[in-house]
Amino acid sequence: MKKDLLGLQQMTAPEIARILDTAVPMKEITGRQIKKVPTLRGRTVVNVFYEPSTRTRTSFELAAKYLSADTVSISASASSVVKGESLKDTARTICAMGADVVVLRHPMAGAAEMLARTVPAAVINAGDGAHEHPSQALLDLFTVREKTGRLDGLTVAVIGDILHSRVARSDIWGFTTMGATVRLCGPATMIPPGIEATGAAVCRNMEQALDGADVVIMLRIQLERQQQGLFPGVREYARLFGLDEKRLALARPGALVMHPGPVNRGVEISPAVADGVQSMINEQVTNGVAVRMAILYLLSGGGKNE
Amino acid sequence: MNRLLLKGGRVIDPLAGEIIAADVFITDGKIAAVGRELTVEETVVLDVSGKLVAPGLIDMHVHLREPGYEAKETIATGTAAAARGGFTSVACMPNTDPVADNPAVIGYIRAKAQTEGMVNVFPVGAITRESKGEQLAEMAALKEAGAVALSDDGRPVAGAAIMRRAMQYAKMTGLTIISHCEEPSLAAGGAMHEGYMSTVLGLPGIPAAAEEVMVARDIILAEATGCPLHIAHVSTAGSVRLIREAKNRGVPVTAEATPHHFTLTDEAVAGYDTATKVNPPLRTAEDVAALRAGLADGTIDVIATDHAPHTPEEKDVEYAKAPCGMVGLETALGLVWTELVAPGVLSPVEAVRRLTVNPARVLGIARGTLEIGVTADITVIDPELEAVVDPDRFAGKGRNNPFAGRTLRGLAVLTIVAGRVVYDAGPTR
Repeated sequence: MKKDLLGLQQMTAPEIARILDTAVPMKEITGRQIKKVPTLRGRTVVNVFYEPSTRTRTSFELAAKYLSADTVSISASASSVVKGESLKDTARTICAMGADVVVLRHPMAGAAEMLARTVPAAVINAGDGAHEHPSQALLDLFTVREKTGRLDGLTVAVIGDILHSRVARSDIWGFTTMGATVRLCGPATMIPPGIEATGAAVCRNMEQALDGADVVIMLRIQLERQQQGLFPGVREYARLFGLDEKRLALARPGALVMHPGPVNRGVEISPAVADGVQSMINEQVTNGVAVRMAILYLLSGGGKNE
Repeated sequence: MNRLLLKGGRVIDPLAGEIIAADVFITDGKIAAVGRELTVEETVVLDVSGKLVAPGLIDMHVHLREPGYEAKETIATGTAAAARGGFTSVACMPNTDPVADNPAVIGYIRAKAQTEGMVNVFPVGAITRESKGEQLAEMAALKEAGAVALSDDGRPVAGAAIMRRAMQYAKMTGLTIISHCEEPSLAAGGAMHEGYMSTVLGLPGIPAAAEEVMVARDIILAEATGCPLHIAHVSTAGSVRLIREAKNRGVPVTAEATPHHFTLTDEAVAGYDTATKVNPPLRTAEDVAALRAGLADGTIDVIATDHAPHTPEEKDVEYAKAPCGMVGLETALGLVWTELVAPGVLSPVEAVRRLTVNPARVLGIARGTLEIGVTADITVIDPELEAVVDPDRFAGKGRNNPFAGRTLRGLAVLTIVAGRVVYDAGPTR
């Protein structure tokens, strides 16, 4: 394992598989009545969140706690950021206090990489702008592998605002590296240029993207994109890119439906699908803790002698 | 004793388009003689055998940051960087604080340059007041104060109507409009070129169209008004095509390219080094090839640096937050020689032409040649001299340069302004 987890683009299939394999026993721990092992006792994990986040932040916090690490979470509004301190200085300060792992969520692409170059602590990218969100993609991979038993040869459709989505990018790298085929679909204004060169295929419409797919990943559409002129309105968006039961029937029977959350019910996904038997949305959240435990464990030097 | 003899060099004459073995004799700050085996009594003799003796290089696009941003650069440090890089003249952009939109600021810059500058400083005045793109600046007064051209560099004139009026009025004053072409609504929020790399890095992109839309607009307005137009820092293949076509049609348009745009691509942004953040952004390999072709066929007349110093604190932040710009005065000549002359894109004479007579013509300044009687601005180039770029050793204040660690071959060893040596590489010469 490298010092940091910044993204999946640079990771190899064995490196990804190792994290997924490590998450299996971690998941077992999260299912126990007493969810605590002493593995990271004496280690300090600091969550630094420059963007509001409930799910990712809580997930990392619980993952660290289940492994007995000490954790502190800092949100931008409550920190010295409002006093004008730079990201680098904030990070240096935290590391001077003895942080072993820094989990960073930041609205600007490249922030985690910049931090990783600055501090000796292990840096985990918990989402940087539209760049990457590796722990989310890893939990997506884990969930699919757990349910279907494999990743190689699967067809994964990612639907929605690809342009602004760090989840889409990390999923593209992760799934293609593990041998799956990735199809993309969304409004033409939200398909970033050159995306085909990542190995993903861009589909003309949702029907084409869903046809026979094993996994459907729906992305959250941020309603302020409408003000930016990127799509004309929610009604048309739902009509063209919303996942309902009728459309889901185009996918392979029993195909998995995923969403990184938070969900806009009735916009990108119908309530019936979000709550249906094929929905993995809750499993994703559960698996997220296990995958993040694996990441923390491996970055803290765990399993070095294996 | 103001007498200097440069002995044994090969003199580049960009007007005649030839290189001749000749000595150059300077007296009282002027070129007194150019010829073989000159023998002159009572003079300082500098041995430049094996070196190229060129007219002093002119960088028609720099940001000296003074007044207002002296932490980034001053006229003293910026012109020291120029001297080190082989430039004897620079034209400085008006986006200072206050903006050089009035005679007082132009006068201040010239006075500072007179007392603290190591090379000639030719100020560029603003097109509009405070470069806001709303009301015309007092162009005639700017010219009288010494402005050599007009530009709202860094803040492109967004409105077509005000640009049209500016061109009509500028033509009357005889000043060229230098246009930073970038349609603000298309570029808004962008941090790098929009393409595969911006997609992968997740950074907001600036499409090539942002530049090309305004290049097309300004060419059309120049054609309509007859005002001489100079397109600053051309960065896309589409812009080169538009300019080539306009020139063929006889539109009074000239253009410049920077060393970073003809050398680097957007792949340099991987790793988020903010030294690579520049406006216009680094483009693709096809754009680099088009710029080189445009330089080779004369579509692009001038090589200029867009030298844009910033403090380390300003640049040492998240990529999207960092200010645009890189310093270029001390790496430009090395890049021209390494990237253009060595691979045969430009001959030495053509390269020197784009750094001397061509910018002098655009600005209408009496520089850029080695004719008898002209001011003795001279740059001696050692085409074999190599050095590794080390920003910590720059004479200028800025360290924001993406070429750190690169080996460049073909460097200035002697810079002479009005007969006075302002930079001498010393033993390496």
